[in-house]
Amino acid sequence: MSSILTWSIYVIVFGALGVLALRDRAKAKQAVKVAVKSFFGMLPILLAFIGLIGLLLGLVSPETIVRYLGQEAGWWATLTAFVLGVVLYIASLVSIPLAASLLRAGASMTTVAAFITGLMMVNTLTLPLEIKHLGKKMAWSRNLLNLLFAFAIAIVIGMVLQ
Amino acid sequence: MKPDLTQPMPGDAPQDKPARKTLKQWLFDYRLALIVAAADLLIWIFWPAQAPAVIRNTGDYLVEMVVILIPVAVLMGLFEVWVPKQLIGKYLGRESGWKGILLALLFGAAPTGPLYVAFPIAAMLLKKGASPLNVIVLLNAWAAIKIPQLLVEANFLGPSFMLVRLALTVPSAILMGWLIQKGIERSGGLDIDPAGLENIS
Repeated sequence: MSSILTWSIYVIVFGALGVLALRDRAKAKQAVKVAVKSFFGMLPILLAFIGLIGLLLGLVSPETIVRYLGQEAGWWATLTAFVLGVVLYIASLVSIPLAASLLRAGASMTTVAAFITGLMMVNTLTLPLEIKHLGKKMAWSRNLLNLLFAFAIAIVIGMVLQ
Repeated sequence: MKPDLTQPMPGDAPQDKPARKTLKQWLFDYRLALIVAAADLLIWIFWPAQAPAVIRNTGDYLVEMVVILIPVAVLMGLFEVWVPKQLIGKYLGRESGWKGILLALLFGAAPTGPLYVAFPIAAMLLKKGASPLNVIVLLNAWAAIKIPQLLVEANFLGPSFMLVRLALTVPSAILMGWLIQKGIERSGGLDIDPAGLENIS
């Protein structure tokens, strides 16, 4: 599914660039210049970030997380799951099946919800990147508010779906 | 507004003229990546059992990153030269109201890419006149309410889990946007230089 999506994004974006090139060559050239500059502007920090998540997930494997959180119970497990969710970066197509296996391993609904909301809403590893693009005010306030809301939402999901 | 392409990239050492980057500047730009690479190397030497998992994960995420970064970079270029400021201002600006919020939600939820590519796009939208409220809604939606992700969620954790989370997340995303916009207004605006925005992408 994701590869079809990716290819359609390529077709749309490069199609648009082609249309622009036909209509206005100079502008298209300018767009390519900005594109190249954006690419290499983003690359250094993204490489570091990718390396870091590869390192983290290589050391803390999904199986380890499931084994640990499945056995734990109560508030401590919920809190641990939330903290793990907040500090890790796991693509959602991996993290959601992982959360499902947590549930099967015996974790409570609140714990699973806390893991999911922490992962999705609080973006700790990308924070330096967010600050670079959007400034400290916006990046910090967005992530801190999301931290509060993520925890609250997890608790409510746990209450509703108990 | 045409970007000044001769400006140095952020993170560059101060320089008098926009000459080609020296090796030293390259090393400085990539210092964090190099530190991580060094850590990988140490793991490979001292903890070889963990190395395959680290290499596999890094490789997977690396491919995903490069594959999505190329169209995003082109999109940034197209945005820069093609999309007029008035257009973004009209649909995502401060006067756009609920329609702007809805548009930001839909744009964020659309199946696109990982969150880190949303930041340069969000910065570009801010620069073109989108309101902080709508930009926060876009980012929050991008992070937590992506449509493909919702489908996987309903599949693995049940439709009720997905629906309850969605029903709680959408109003939270908007409320956060509103709070942050108020906060930014009260504290004297954004702490990024709007004129220098093209340099941060």
